[in-house]
Amino acid sequence: MIEVRWHGRGGQGAVTSVELLAQAAIAEGKYAQGFPSFGPERRGAPVAAFSRVDDQKIKKRSGIYKPDVVVVLDSSLIGLINVTDGLKPEGILIVNTTKSPAEVKKDLNFSGTVATVDGTSIARKELGVPIANTTMIGALLKITKAMKLDSLKDPVEHRFGRIAQKNLTAMKRAYDEIKSVN
Amino acid sequence: MAKRVGMEVALAVAEAVGQCNIDMAAVYPITPQSHIGEHLSDLVADGKIDAEFVTVESEHSAISAIIGASGTGARVYTATSSQGLMLMHEILPIASAMRLPLVMGIANRAVSGPLNILNDHSDIMPQRDCGWISLFVENGQEAIDLSIQSFKIAEHKDVNLPICVNIDGFQLTHMVEPVEFPDQELVNKFLPPRESFATLHPSKPVTMGAFAMSDYFTEILKAKNEALKSSKKIILEVWEEWAKMFGRTYKPVETYKADDAELLVLTMGSMGETAEMAIDELQAQGASVGLVKLRLWRPFPFAEIKEVLMKAKRVLVTDRAVSFGGPGGPVCGEVKAALYNESHKPVIYSSIIGLGGRDVTVADFTGMINRVIKGEANVDTYEFWGVRE
Repeated sequence: MIEVRWHGRGGQGAVTSVELLAQAAIAEGKYAQGFPSFGPERRGAPVAAFSRVDDQKIKKRSGIYKPDVVVVLDSSLIGLINVTDGLKPEGILIVNTTKSPAEVKKDLNFSGTVATVDGTSIARKELGVPIANTTMIGALLKITKAMKLDSLKDPVEHRFGRIAQKNLTAMKRAYDEIKSVN
Repeated sequence: MAKRVGMEVALAVAEAVGQCNIDMAAVYPITPQSHIGEHLSDLVADGKIDAEFVTVESEHSAISAIIGASGTGARVYTATSSQGLMLMHEILPIASAMRLPLVMGIANRAVSGPLNILNDHSDIMPQRDCGWISLFVENGQEAIDLSIQSFKIAEHKDVNLPICVNIDGFQLTHMVEPVEFPDQELVNKFLPPRESFATLHPSKPVTMGAFAMSDYFTEILKAKNEALKSSKKIILEVWEEWAKMFGRTYKPVETYKADDAELLVLTMGSMGETAEMAIDELQAQGASVGLVKLRLWRPFPFAEIKEVLMKAKRVLVTDRAVSFGGPGGPVCGEVKAALYNESHKPVIYSSIIGLGGRDVTVADFTGMINRVIKGEANVDTYEFWGVRE
């Protein structure tokens, strides 16, 4: 089982990311959960959302405290909250930032894999808005190989209709452009 | 073929209700139920289902409106949570006394105060004695299945009672997970249109919910109690038919690796699957422990609970609500009452857990169980698991 924690701000679509990821995994015949951090939400405030993906039925209904992967949708959260909290030492940290993976790794003194991509620029270019939630799914899939990029096509089309292709293009770009350091 | 999809459970419940050929729904929004009502109103507005969606000004009005509609012979639905259910409380026993079939989804949430929007069972417990059939689910698939089954049970000519499906708020309602919708044709076959015993109609006046003084009141209440007790037979029949048609089995009391276990843990609702993981872990270490899951809260399945629990030496009952100043958790009180007259009964321990959304982990279950195994748990009282004092 792979457990992922997503950090974003209210309105940046972290919950949409976990929904799309779960739908894609389930369409592949896998088992998955996608859920928000339960409770009140405010636009702009730090929020978290969670994904579980497994080949077997997922019974666990408690929170995720020791994720395998953390995705940071908004790098301004780094320093404001501890994004590596509970992240397994050999885990993966994926950040939407203009910084290189080595810089982030040094800044956070994290022992595992760090991967970065400028998701906001990609989203601004491809979607016309600086919202990188779908873009960063591409980054996650490249690094974790949790599922095929193609599997996102149906969920994204169902969710976004006529702007689906733009989201898929942004996702593919992040998939191609993400860089990592161990 | 039934299609497996990933969907938020609240939306899946609305979709399932949409498969049931309902005539009318009235829902007032409240977290964490709101997505059920919102999606149902979308289905109506988009013309996907042919029903009236009545936008009411409160939960009191929602339940009152569906009672009126049910009186005309309509198939009706509502959903709520917490304070919304508390506001409905006044009307709930009237619905059962009038013998009107209603189906209500409850996204279980703690009641105030302090104000809290997260899951526990303190909203349904005060409704215990209102004469409703009350069922619990532990995952999204069960929420779909039981929502559909509920119309058939409630409307059965030998039942004619309101029914509620308890779906843990957030833990279930806000979870995107794999679910499978039954084929519409099969649902139509399983659930034919409602046939009413009597209906309100201007051209043929009848009185429903009449006045009764001491000369008839006791008889009417006994009749309501008999109806609720007898509904178990129909519930079992409906579950048998469901298993034949859709392949998924439901029982009033379900077990997981419970055969020959000396210690049984009892859960109700979404904690069940997490508890299964704790049982796996402890059995692997050699502990003689198993799991019992209560699905049917009302009518309480006395015979089934005795059959399962009497085989054990010790039983640990978990409750997601408090009966203040009472015997501990409401479920534990019921279990103790069920076993009281038996001569060789197990020792019963009571733990209150998961209040107001406090997370319930595998480690919580192994911790509670190990305390009982080591003889550290107190049998004379109940404990608030993990409380800071």
